Parts: sequence; C-alpha cells; structure tokens
Amino acid sequence: MTGLKNKCAIVGIGETAVGKLPTMSSMGIQLDAIRLALKDAQLRPADIDGLLTIQPADDPRRSYALSVAQAAGVRPNYATDLALGGATPVAMVAHAAMAISAGLCEVVVCVLGHKQATGRLGDRRGRLRDGLEDFEEPFGVLGAPAIHAAVAARHMHEYGTTSEQLAAVAVAARRHASLNANATMRQPIAVKDVLESRWIVKPFHLLDCCLVSDGGGAVVVTSSERAGNLPQRPVYIRGFGEGHTLGPLESPGLTTLGGKHSSAVAYRMAEVAPNDIDFAEIYDCFTAITIVTLEDYGFCAKGEGGPWVENGRIEIGGELPVNTHGGLLSQAHIEGMLHITEAVKQLRGDGVEVERQVKDAKLGIVSGHGANLGAHATLILGRQLN
Amino acid sequence: MGDYLKPLPVLDVDGRLFWESCKKHEMALQQCLSCKQFRYPPRSLCPICHFPEAQWTPISGRGQVYVALVMCRSYGPAWEHDVPYNISLIDLEEGVRMWSNVIGCPAEDVKIGDYVKISYEDVTSEITLPKFRKA
Repeated sequence: MTGLKNKCAIVGIGETAVGKLPTMSSMGIQLDAIRLALKDAQLRPADIDGLLTIQPADDPRRSYALSVAQAAGVRPNYATDLALGGATPVAMVAHAAMAISAGLCEVVVCVLGHKQATGRLGDRRGRLRDGLEDFEEPFGVLGAPAIHAAVAARHMHEYGTTSEQLAAVAVAARRHASLNANATMRQPIAVKDVLESRWIVKPFHLLDCCLVSDGGGAVVVTSSERAGNLPQRPVYIRGFGEGHTLGPLESPGLTTLGGKHSSAVAYRMAEVAPNDIDFAEIYDCFTAITIVTLEDYGFCAKGEGGPWVENGRIEIGGELPVNTHGGLLSQAHIEGMLHITEAVKQLRGDGVEVERQVKDAKLGIVSGHGANLGAHATLILGRQLN
Repeated sequence: MGDYLKPLPVLDVDGRLFWESCKKHEMALQQCLSCKQFRYPPRSLCPICHFPEAQWTPISGRGQVYVALVMCRSYGPAWEHDVPYNISLIDLEEGVRMWSNVIGCPAEDVKIGDYVKISYEDVTSEITLPKFRKA
C-alpha cells in the first residue's frame, strides 16, 4: 500500500527568528512565517487555497484557521486547525497531501507560531488545557518534564539506560545548534555539563529538557506535478503515518510509543527501510524521547538506544545525523515545525551552513510527538522521486 | 484550611463520585458491570467493552510503584517547601494506574516495584487526595 507516495512536494519554507519575541503576537509570528514561506516558494497570497493551523496556547480564539486566513489575505477552499500537540506540524504536511490528492485544493500552507517564552497567559483570558489536570496537578504532576521523565525512568529501569547516554543526545543537539545561525543555545557542551546541570525532575537534568521559545515556521505543499513549475527544488513527500497512544495512564508500557506504528506506516508508503534513511529530525522535547523514537523507528533494537546514541553516531559526520539544526533542545521549541523546514533545507542541499550539511542527503525522516505521550506522526521526505 | 494554594480537582459530572469516595477515605473506582474491568480516570463509558454502566467499587488500597520520580523544580510558591517531592505512577491491585505521591519517606527512597498502601490526605474541607505510603 503506497498510498500518496510522491504525490506532493514541499516547495516553500519559512522560519522566523526564534527565542524571545516580546514585540510580536502569536498571530504576527505566523504571518511572518507565511510571508517567508511564500517568498521562498515565489507564490502570492492569491495562489494559496488551503491552510492548516494549530491553535497557540496563548491565543485561544475560536476558528483559529480562519482568523489566520483572513489576516494573511488567503481565501482557502480547505482550512482547519489540527490539534495533535507536537505531532501537529508533521501531521499538517500529511493532511495537506491528503487534501491536495483529494482534489480539495492545490497549494496548502501549513503554519505554526507561538509565544511560549513571552506569551504565557494568565487565567483572565483562559488557557487551553490538556484535560487530565484534575488527576495530575493536585499531586504536583506539573509541566511536561514530569510525564516524560516517567518514560526515561522506565527505560532506565527496563534496559539499563544511563544519564550519560541521555546526555549524549543533548550534546549532539548542542553541537549542531552551534553551527546554526538561527539557534538559541550555541555554546557547545559536554556530557559532564548535562550531568552537572540542576535537576528538574529526576531522572531529568535541566539540559535533558528542551527550550521554551517564541517563534514560528511555515511550509508550502503542492502536487509534485505543479512543484515542477516552481522555482525551488521540490522536496518530495515520500511517505507519512500517524500512531497515537492511550497516554501515560492507560498505555500498557511507556518505553514504546506511537512512533512504532507511525513509522511502520510511513516506511510502507515510502517503500523504504530504516537503513535507507540518511538523516533524522526527531522530536526531542526531552533526551529520552529521542532515544525511544530512534528505537521505535527501527534504527536500533528496543532497549539499545542508550548505547546507540553515544560516541558521535547521531552527530553530523556520524552514521545517522539527528537534529541537524539543534532541535528543540538547543535550536528552539517550535513544536517540531523547524524539524520539517530543516529536513527540506538538508534535502535541497543548499539551505544550511556548509558545516552542518549532511553529505549526499537524499532521504530524511521527521518525527512529531506530543499531547503528553499521546500523539505521534512521521514524515519521510526525499530529494528525488526514487 | 482556606489557605490551601495548590491546584485542586474540579468536582465535575464525571469525577464527583470519585472525589467524594476519597473524602470518605474509601476510595472507589468504576467497575464495568459487563466486563468487570476497573477504570480510571472516571468516565461514562468502559474503554474496553463500551458498556456504559458501572458500579463504584471500593478498592483494596494496595498497589505497587510503576514509576518513581523526584520533582526538584518548584512550580510556584505553593510547592516551594515541598521540593524535592516524590511523584509516582502507582499500579493498583485493581489493574489501573494513577499518578499520586508516596509520602512518609524521603523522595529518593521510593523505587520502582515498591509495595504501597493508600494514605488519605485531607487537604481542604472538600477535597481529600489519595496518596500512598510504603507497605
């Protein structure tokens, strides 16, 4: 079942500045990302007939996609919000391909922009909630680190994974961010720095946890046929999949997540296997999630991810470069949208600083993960159609 | 007890009977009247067999630690004096998993696999939290 393999391509990308953007609204960040993506694709607002958005937590207005469409001067034939947490950007690209292939629209913009760093809302304006707070917060289960630390604790217990191995993920991300002009944390670190950073929730140190950022990104998706008439080298959507879990309380275990099913669907559509992949942009909200996802994606066996990520294997120049932009851990937390724009740049072959270009990058895999362990989406992108 | 500053559950339609059972120090869970599975968090349908009706059944209060974490960061003034504190995923004998705290020992001393027994904490006149102590 190869489904929508190669039917669509990414033809434009936009990345805003990241970090702290106190003078911009979430909407303003998204408009900037859309502007940059259209400029990159050399398209005008009137060319866009599809729009996918995600409700930012700091702007809980109704019918969000239509608000963005109106503000951007876009009159879509297909528009909606997706709500899969950090899996949303990856799923957006898949949904764009589905909508285009179904004949609903021809050119879809997928956009995400938020103000996690400077836009926290007080209760006066309401907030989006996760839904299980009544059974978490009274016990002091607060913030994303705690729930993800449960994954790390189980992985360490079941497989003997160590803090040093978790730290190797953070070290690789930081090395890549040090080579990325649009990254927040660019000072290289060593394993020791991670282990000496303060505890957040054991077994996570501060540097096992991602950044909290403002910023945004957008991508333009169209049919592969139409992509041939646009100026940028198309990056083809070779395969995609989703796999969602029952969350931390009702999943049978915590060391295999939705990525196992999601990647299997994507590999099958793309007709490729893990050893065909040249680089991976893995949703790295916490170091342990990178390790679990690499296992779930079949790059190594379940439980072997700890030693597997050590000794530079996931760094540029290694066997499988992971998060070549620095990821959520060191570039910025833009909910994985910039994992996609980075993969596109790597596959175009002329979009990143030369020191962090993966040599002969032909096939990349991107993961999205979110909703407190509930959501996962996978995207396989190619420089060529085969 | 009007100065309790930590987050409290809302006694909504789905959760009210659960929190009322805790207040009586007789924590009960919904048990499906068809397949007999217990469920948590409370909801109006059995996720296994989709039978809607359930009986609120008192639990044994015994369980085992599935995950033990030590929260070191304080998320606001209400938690400042608590850190570092334990948060755990507890597997109850009834086959459900819940977030709670193992109290009565240093946070670092709680380990995966520890056997625990329920210990109620009356935090306000309305709300009692089901916590655990090592058995």
